[in-house]
Amino acid sequence: MKDIDELNIPENKRYSDDHEWAGYTGDTIRVGISDYAQDQLGDIVFVELPQVGERFEKAQQFGVVESVKSVSDMLIPLSGEITRINTELEINPALVNESPYENGWMIEVKPDSNDDMENLMDADTYIKMLKGIT
Amino acid sequence: MHELNQCPIPSFEEFLLWEKGNKGRSGFSFPANDTGDFDIDPDLIGEIPDLTELSEPDVVRHYTRLSQWNFCVDLDMYPLGSCTMKYNPRLNERQAQLKGFTEAHPLLPARYLQGILKLMYDLEAFLREITGMEAVSLQPSAGAQGELTGIMLIDACLRSRGEKRTKFIVPDTAHGTNPASITLCGFVPVNIKSNEKGILSPESVASVMDEDVAGIMMTNPNTLGLYEENIARIAEIIHSKGGMVYCDGANLNALMGIVQMGSLGVDVMHVNLHKTFSSPHGGGGPGSGPVCVKKHLEPFLPVPRIIESDRQYELIYDCPDTIGKIHSFYGNIGVMIRAYCYILSMGPEFLKKASQLAVLNANYIKESLKDVFHLPYDRTCMHECVFTDEKQQHQKVTALDVAKRLIDYGFHPPTVYFPLVVKGALMIEPTETESKETLDRFIEACRQIAREAEENPELLHNAPSQHFRKRIDETFAARNLYLRD
Repeated sequence: MKDIDELNIPENKRYSDDHEWAGYTGDTIRVGISDYAQDQLGDIVFVELPQVGERFEKAQQFGVVESVKSVSDMLIPLSGEITRINTELEINPALVNESPYENGWMIEVKPDSNDDMENLMDADTYIKMLKGIT
Repeated sequence: MHELNQCPIPSFEEFLLWEKGNKGRSGFSFPANDTGDFDIDPDLIGEIPDLTELSEPDVVRHYTRLSQWNFCVDLDMYPLGSCTMKYNPRLNERQAQLKGFTEAHPLLPARYLQGILKLMYDLEAFLREITGMEAVSLQPSAGAQGELTGIMLIDACLRSRGEKRTKFIVPDTAHGTNPASITLCGFVPVNIKSNEKGILSPESVASVMDEDVAGIMMTNPNTLGLYEENIARIAEIIHSKGGMVYCDGANLNALMGIVQMGSLGVDVMHVNLHKTFSSPHGGGGPGSGPVCVKKHLEPFLPVPRIIESDRQYELIYDCPDTIGKIHSFYGNIGVMIRAYCYILSMGPEFLKKASQLAVLNANYIKESLKDVFHLPYDRTCMHECVFTDEKQQHQKVTALDVAKRLIDYGFHPPTVYFPLVVKGALMIEPTETESKETLDRFIEACRQIAREAEENPELLHNAPSQHFRKRIDETFAARNLYLRD
């Protein structure tokens, strides 16, 4: 597993304490799991995503990620409606390991408000949190 | 390495049955035709299926050789955490194979099944005594079904009182089946964290307990192998708001004859006959997960119930509040016979002794290895102990690598990555049936593996390397499921 300073934690994303990231793509917000999360989970073998049009409140479970080690719930970092999902992951879940912030994104959300984004951690704070728990 | 490797698994290839045999070979001969020839209905005529043609020794050797690839507790220690893989005495097998049991038909009227019914009736009484509970159903066929049955009983009881509660409390040390049982019964799991000592504190339970919570599911000892010492206080908190306490008894092996859960405020619990009371399991083999309840839940127990009057045993179905049947016929009788035999042959004194030794063995391993493997909760454990791979991380060696390397040393790997509450968990449950020599051999193998992790981590990354099958690509297998031809 990676040491903290080997992790890729991009500055243009925001992070939840459950290790999901969120980043703007035009009007919507893309969500995925962080490099730390994919590294901890190990080889991901299955990703279950919601349907387009479903609505979630912040911190609700929106999907499941299964690795050779364990099955984990993914909690949505902001309230809103699902506008797109990454269907590629159905065929190739390894994208989450290979490219957690680009090809391995999970969902796009139309947020109810911008406040939720503001309340997430920036990269520095997230790295500090990781140092605290590892 | 060679001194330690006392239990090598044979290194030979074994081909599929379809790759063996030869045309015209057969394991039996038909009797002479004594009915004359008849034309076959044309609808039944088709191509002969692709069946391999084999002799009896072809088949016997094939399966015997396959069985020698396998690892079992009859070969060596099987320290699988949370699974109680103790040695299964042959006496139990002998009793389970008595003709009166194996040749009884489940549709026989009760008057012809008096032996089996008496055994079940007495086994219920033994379990009441061991758990301190007041009524038992032997029907559930494994722990998870016992749990589900237990939650259904609580649900049925609450409904009968006209209550509609929606939530159930589950600690972070729960077995994965706990939230599943809760969800199947229509409740929403409310997760709470264990405290810095690895157990539940009454305060955290009180902070989520309200009139909307149906109860709590606790495992005791919990999945960190620690005794939930606040259970009685927690039960008071739950009861004061009208909820009920479910105890997952999967880890009862630590407490037989020492603690009766019924005296600590537990309303319902299941026990795993196949683990605690010693019958072969694993690999999908049969289990038995009886559910034990207090009086107020008895009316809801599954039917049929067994009653005795005038030394005659009967099955009764006339229980208006029952949740119904949850298993065909009476449950897994074979496992019950083994458990009954085990309990009778041990007696109260030696059941208690078994639990004491299970706890002693786990603590011996914990103390002997805590300098080489990180011990997240350094305190007296019960029947199992949980290490992590933290001390090996700087060499990129994981819990999985350690487990795979143990195969090279002739041991079954322990449970890894469970419980989820610790990262990189290695969960070791030696059970009471291992001798000190075996434990020492296991400890020496683990210490050797920890040295290898420092000096030659590649040995661990590539393990197992001493066997015919090397490291299996589990990721490839999981990503490319190939379920049928």
